[in-house]
Amino acid sequence: MPEGYFGSYVTIGVFAVVGLVLVFGTLALTRLLRPNVPTRAKTLTYESGIDPIGTGWAQANVRYYVFALLFVIFDVEAVFLFPWATVFEDLGTQAFVEMVIFIGVLALALLYAIKKRVLEWL
Amino acid sequence: MIEITLTDWQILLVKLLIILIVVPVGALVGGYVLHKEMAHMQHRLGPMYAGGWHGWAQTLADGIKFAYKEDIIPASADKRVFSLAPAVIFVPVLLLYLVIPIDQNLIVEDLDVGLFFLLAIGSVGSIGVLMAGWSSANKYALIGALRSAGQLIAYELPIVLSAAAIAMLAGTLSLVGIVEAQDWPYIVWPPGIGLALFLLFLAGAMAEMALPPFDMPVAESELITGPFTEYTGMRFIFGFFFAETAHMIAFAAIGTTLFLGGYKPIVPWEPLEVIPGVLWFFVKTSFMVFLLLWVRFSFPRLREDQLQKFAWKALIPLSLVLILATGAWILYGP
Repeated sequence: MPEGYFGSYVTIGVFAVVGLVLVFGTLALTRLLRPNVPTRAKTLTYESGIDPIGTGWAQANVRYYVFALLFVIFDVEAVFLFPWATVFEDLGTQAFVEMVIFIGVLALALLYAIKKRVLEWL
Repeated sequence: MIEITLTDWQILLVKLLIILIVVPVGALVGGYVLHKEMAHMQHRLGPMYAGGWHGWAQTLADGIKFAYKEDIIPASADKRVFSLAPAVIFVPVLLLYLVIPIDQNLIVEDLDVGLFFLLAIGSVGSIGVLMAGWSSANKYALIGALRSAGQLIAYELPIVLSAAAIAMLAGTLSLVGIVEAQDWPYIVWPPGIGLALFLLFLAGAMAEMALPPFDMPVAESELITGPFTEYTGMRFIFGFFFAETAHMIAFAAIGTTLFLGGYKPIVPWEPLEVIPGVLWFFVKTSFMVFLLLWVRFSFPRLREDQLQKFAWKALIPLSLVLILATGAWILYGP
């Protein structure tokens, strides 16, 4: 087994490969059990029993894109939060105040978004 | 006592076998418990015939039936993405089990960033759901997939932020370290904060798994099965049923590890120390599964916009406040 920092991730990699083998291996094995008679009616897109109208890749309004933008900001915040979380106790008050300011700025942005009514479902 | 020495690769093989037995068996038992708890809580009988005693063989029979089902891939679907999606959903769920300590020394891989790994791997499944929904070329599947992506941006932050607060309390990201750092009375400590973090985590977890009351992506009364509408047979099992149950048990185990003291006895009392940690872990995880199912069978489905509103105007501000409260408690508390 490889040693060092990335050594422990070998296990993860092996399990990921085994997981893939499990899924596709089972599918290959059940190939022997299951019938395979694709007819046109069977492979037609399901649309509550009627013939499908147009393509399934229809235009849809993604109403939550503003939420998604905010989400990216806060998710990046989380990346900074985790290293801080493990060491801040040793760094004491100074590190804590810095994080209060950091979270405060983000909270202000969230408040602004709410005030601007962009977090309403359009 | 016979001394057995194994090489690292042999140990890996043993771990592999254990996980490959525990996860499917757990999912089967979990499926049965799900049926039975639903039946009792909603005053229904549920499957009672198969196997004789309370229909215990029903989930097994279901599984066998699915193995015999034809694997239909719609003609208009994007076939390669369609066939890959169930694996993208299932494999991350399997990987979740690797870093959860079921006893002090019983863990597949004690990563020093275990908590971060859980959060990162846990959201990969959403890509699989999106792949399934988009590649199906089905209108129900597309709407379901879009709802599922919307779900991700609403629930992810409450989970991540409450996990960050746990990391602050423990001072480490290793899951064994987190369990070791917890003392009785676990979730009610620090007062108020612990319980609030637990509820945040629970709400986020239920939304991540798309369990009712947050099951808008698969809402069967409006979207058939959402992204999985076109799936049949084993692909449906891996992408939907198997993954859902295994995910639920994994999240119950994660909740146990982060909040309920993992493999430690429920009360610090000398005679209870002799009971092995695995058993405590099992009891607590079963309780968590029961809790998740209890919520699932008790509440009606929310709307997608209600979830977004709930997450962004209640859960996320609350979790930011809780992080600061946790920090203040650690530095200036008693």
